[in-house]
Amino acid sequence: MRTLLATLFATTVLAHAAQAADVYPIDRATILAGSPFDFKVELKGAVKAEDIKVTVNGQDYKAALGAEAAYVAMEKGKEDKELGSALLLRNAIIGVPGSYKVEVTAGGETKTVTWDVFATAEQPKVKNVIFLLGDGLSVAHRTAARIMSKGMTEGKANGRLNMDDLERMAFIGTSATNSIDTDSANTMSAYMTGHKTVINAVGVYGDRTPDSLDDPRVETIAEALRRQTQKSIGLVTTSEIEDATPAAVVSHTRNRNDKAEIVGMIYDVKPEVILGGGSAYFLGKETPGSKRKDNQDYIKLFQEAGYALATDKTELANAPADGKLLGLFHTGNMDVTLDREFLKKGTAEKFPGQPGLVDMTKTALDRLSKNEDGFFLMVEGASIDKMSHPLDMERAVVETIEFDQAVGVAREFAKNNPDTLVVVTGDHTHGVSLLGIIDDTVEGKEGRDKVKTGASAGFPNYTDENKDGYPDKIDASRRLAMFVSNFPDYYETFSPKLDGPFEPAVKNEKDEYVANEAYKDMPGAVLRVGILPKDESTGQHTVDDVVLQSEGPGSEGFRGYMEQSDVYRVLVDALALGVKQTN
Amino acid sequence: MLGLIAGVAVAIDGRPALADDSLTFDELYGKVSVLGLEFSQKVKSLAGQEVRMRGFMAPPLKAEAAFFVLTEIPMALCPFCSSDSDWPDNIVVVYLGEKQTFVPPGQTIEVRGTLEVGSWTDPETGFVSLLRLRSSQFYAV
Repeated sequence: MRTLLATLFATTVLAHAAQAADVYPIDRATILAGSPFDFKVELKGAVKAEDIKVTVNGQDYKAALGAEAAYVAMEKGKEDKELGSALLLRNAIIGVPGSYKVEVTAGGETKTVTWDVFATAEQPKVKNVIFLLGDGLSVAHRTAARIMSKGMTEGKANGRLNMDDLERMAFIGTSATNSIDTDSANTMSAYMTGHKTVINAVGVYGDRTPDSLDDPRVETIAEALRRQTQKSIGLVTTSEIEDATPAAVVSHTRNRNDKAEIVGMIYDVKPEVILGGGSAYFLGKETPGSKRKDNQDYIKLFQEAGYALATDKTELANAPADGKLLGLFHTGNMDVTLDREFLKKGTAEKFPGQPGLVDMTKTALDRLSKNEDGFFLMVEGASIDKMSHPLDMERAVVETIEFDQAVGVAREFAKNNPDTLVVVTGDHTHGVSLLGIIDDTVEGKEGRDKVKTGASAGFPNYTDENKDGYPDKIDASRRLAMFVSNFPDYYETFSPKLDGPFEPAVKNEKDEYVANEAYKDMPGAVLRVGILPKDESTGQHTVDDVVLQSEGPGSEGFRGYMEQSDVYRVLVDALALGVKQTN
Repeated sequence: MLGLIAGVAVAIDGRPALADDSLTFDELYGKVSVLGLEFSQKVKSLAGQEVRMRGFMAPPLKAEAAFFVLTEIPMALCPFCSSDSDWPDNIVVVYLGEKQTFVPPGQTIEVRGTLEVGSWTDPETGFVSLLRLRSSQFYAV
């Protein structure tokens, strides 16, 4: 017994000795030269300050990083759990590009990481960047949007999407630092900082302490633009403005659900144009409808900072032509196009004045382009994702059509302003796929009898008499058969949800998601037993590559396979953000 | 069915209840706007009184929570938004007088409790609510 214990003890000690510290930024990080970033070393055990040695390219780290890190004797986790000692240096800066090898030795712990600190072009290639992100945009969304919007005859598309003619493209890997599967926070953060991070994080590496707002920060593109240029910044989305994608342009948190704090971070950066939903987080908690837990009135704060306020499309159209603009059109996520413009379902009746993505994009471009120094505009088609999650493919595809029309607005601007880089991409995929046709003219007891594939599929019969790009009837009698690869238990109805967005599963008393019985008795409905764990309520993001497309000066940087973090490098190179452009 | 009898209904505890003590989700707010909601006159006039509401029970955020959320339709919350912040505007938080057994999500329930109006933060969970039913009891309908 004594021998066994001794052996166990020896093994434990050895395991401890072999433990690796964690270093942020992580190995293979790419860092814009001159951009501030937080440097953190997390040790597994308690190590005295004098026993921690950190070198950068063989020299003491203080010279390379510009300052001495603060020593934390013991970091605490939940319930005061001891996590280990740490070093933390906020706002480290490396000005000279090159490869930087960081070596940490502390007690028995060691860790070596190498950073690639990169420079940009000396001269900007472009004045403006329009970055359009279709949240969840997958190949099937594009194909379906093209067929639904333009039609197809004898196997050839009857028209092209605006996306279809973008000149250059790349396949983008979207995985997070902690998972092959990703989310909108991590990917947009990588696009907007050059650093991949963990799921749910924006503008930070995810550290081990429970506080979501203390994690090691990296510079966002908005901060880099403010540091090096006098360009204007615009945020346009159909979701809450403090949702993950727009948040990642300007903010820093380990937890994308820190929406009240994210509003504060948007306020800190003060983008010149802010258009979207999510006003609930701008209202003090005493105001009914508020989702804040404090009484801060951000509507008032923005107005005091010189912003004009628009709360519907009339006010948007009539906003003073100059100056900063805050447009909030919904307390939460804005209604999707199908509900907002056509079916008047969801909350479209409660918020009747919601503008669409196309109008918001036009307004943003009109205003931002008045800045002689140029601008960076982020436009998000947020609900491609928000409708793909609940397997509501018709709504997701109509959102894709709207997104593509916003792409058209951006391309038209770029045509008239050739010093503009246009980037169109997604942030992750959904397991969506087009199978063939659902044919209502087929008699059958179950919806599946109407699913036609191969030679029997033929073509759908959507029409677009008014040429608005949207199908006149979403429930065409021969419509696209669109299915998702992963799902909870749900009733498949083989038909568009005309009464409002699909809610495939609801939670039961055992905290499990079960098929929503509301759809059980719809004609042709069949129960599909889920393939996801029962704590998943909707279809999940998938790991497949995203297709990025681009045109304009600098777009030649997009080619082949790229990590989403590599996209940042192309953006900042085109803008020459390694170089000070203010006098 | 009981609640549908014109004029007077008999509540579950046997006491008679006037029909106009019933409140629907559509009647909660008089005005809905980007800059905030306004409670309806009916809600304001029923504040502090016993009311009945029909809806669906959403599971509590934490098993030990003393309340549940009453929603207009059966709710499925997305996996990335598990906080109170992602609930729809028109929810009502129900505090039970005595512990009762949870019912399935698709089951319509009628709740009877004292209507409390105004922003309030649950001290245990930090859940912020605007409308609450206190000392409530419910039954399946």
